[in-house]
Amino acid sequence: MWYLCVFYHRLLDYRKPEVESLAELFGAFDDDPHGQQHSLEWKLPEHHHPDSPFHFVNLPSEDIARSVANRSMLVKGLFELWGEGNSYEELEESIKGYPEERKLPYLNSDSTFRISIDTFGKVMSFTEHNERIRGLSYIPFKGRVNLKNPEHNFWIMETDDYGSHNGLPPVVQKRIFFGREVGAADRKLLPTYELKSRNYLGPTAMDAEVAFLMANQAKATHGKLVYDPFVGTGSILVAAAHFGAMTMGADIDIRVVRDGRGPDCNVWSNFKQYGLPMPISLLRADNNLPPWRPGLSEVFDAIICDPPYGVRAGGRKSGGRKLLKGVVGPYTVPDEKRTNHIPSTGAYSLAECVHDLLDLAAKMLVMDGRLVYFYPVVRDDGSSSPSFPEHPCFKLIASCEQILSFRYSRVLLTMVKIKPYTDDIAESARLKHMDFKENHLKWLEEGNLHSAVFSPADHNSSSGDDGNCGKEVKPKYRGKYV
Amino acid sequence: MKLLTHNMLSSNIKGVTNGFPLKIEAEKIIERPVEINPVFLKNMFAKLEWKPLVEASRTMGFSELPEDVPDMSVLDSDEFLQKFHHALLEIHLEEGALVCPETGRKFPVQKGIPNMMLHEDEV
Repeated sequence: MWYLCVFYHRLLDYRKPEVESLAELFGAFDDDPHGQQHSLEWKLPEHHHPDSPFHFVNLPSEDIARSVANRSMLVKGLFELWGEGNSYEELEESIKGYPEERKLPYLNSDSTFRISIDTFGKVMSFTEHNERIRGLSYIPFKGRVNLKNPEHNFWIMETDDYGSHNGLPPVVQKRIFFGREVGAADRKLLPTYELKSRNYLGPTAMDAEVAFLMANQAKATHGKLVYDPFVGTGSILVAAAHFGAMTMGADIDIRVVRDGRGPDCNVWSNFKQYGLPMPISLLRADNNLPPWRPGLSEVFDAIICDPPYGVRAGGRKSGGRKLLKGVVGPYTVPDEKRTNHIPSTGAYSLAECVHDLLDLAAKMLVMDGRLVYFYPVVRDDGSSSPSFPEHPCFKLIASCEQILSFRYSRVLLTMVKIKPYTDDIAESARLKHMDFKENHLKWLEEGNLHSAVFSPADHNSSSGDDGNCGKEVKPKYRGKYV
Repeated sequence: MKLLTHNMLSSNIKGVTNGFPLKIEAEKIIERPVEINPVFLKNMFAKLEWKPLVEASRTMGFSELPEDVPDMSVLDSDEFLQKFHHALLEIHLEEGALVCPETGRKFPVQKGIPNMMLHEDEV
């Protein structure tokens, strides 16, 4: 059945993949025997730009639609559309044409209801609101009005036609929708979990909204085991735990995972703060040399992480800086110093880090398990479609861009494990690992995103043009910035 | 550190071929109640090494798990699930060490967190 899906106008790339992941979680694709279906059917209202907040989505049942909407972060509401039109006359026509047997169950005399108005790209006064609602008198509402806690929520949603002046694509046509709300997102979650009230934070703690989006992409739910190999202050696992998943985390920095900032300000306290179950385990381990026993495989249902990609925080791996550069030879730690010895770490290039992550995920994820992680993309190199890491065990099902600055953006990648981890794959991963180890410096330079992001901008290309031309190049439409 | 974690870890020192299971040296053991989740336990059961789990739980002072690998059918017994759950998720090693069976190298466990980092000469 088709539903009107209205989104919050933010993180545009993340909106459809979130609905599709949640639809899969709530059983929309259970009929698919091979489990290969990950996407839904979508339609746009006529003349609407793909970035429009209004979409139509085909979901198998109202129960699934409700569950999807209630758990999502970006769905403002899913609606059973009773009518639509470019004017209120057209809307009336359309609502009257909607089958009576679909409408009457929600209009009977022992029910309570409320009609609300929402607008996009325009402002409406209170008087206009009342006029619009009174204008619906042709619908035979028999129930009582209840503004606080109605059984049925009806919505009038109106968009205006507008030009290019407000930064939105100029193709939207005035459209009015009327529908019955099936479910809506619980954004109240966000003030509860927002970072500014969290006890223990690090410089790269994941924003609560994005952490919830990641947990949704990973289909985190009751009884599932979710692992974060770069756990830091646990901000991603908090979101997964909120949805009932069991969590596990590792980090190379022992001060972050073990000590925090005191007895009530550490990773554990972040879970206690929200009354969530504690992670099953936290450990200090190097993602480059993971301590999992040989033979252990397919234990995690999802791996969610924000790998250190060297812009705000650089990755570290075992082996001293000088050791990795080959300036000093391997040395032996004297026996009397072994107990409290702090092993040195060296820089960890993004390429190597992502290789290790994919190899770990290929081995440790269950079949159909998901790997969800951020991958940085340098934006000013002119290429329009960035290439993302690939792995024979995985299928990329979603890539959602979030622009961070003029120079780079991060893309949330969602990959599904479609093939088992074989000896051949293990062997080629081992050879690659050796290559990284032997050519440490080369990889470090190639994967150095920091210099690409922070080096002075290259103005040579526009020299010779006057200032006005340079200005014109900047696109007016900034959809992905919201 | 819970015994589930212990069952997943091994010593990955360069050259070590038999780093599992790590021996537990316990200094401080605590018990924390965890809500039981039968689905999760059933999923995990198939992935565990049974004998190391029995041995580890005995070291931690809990010896009620059956010696031999039980049949999948025991997972329907509430009594078994309770014990299994307790051993796997409720007993914590708060302070102590994990000892590599081959080299004797100790990986310290402090505030419940095992430190599996290798020294420079072990990489």
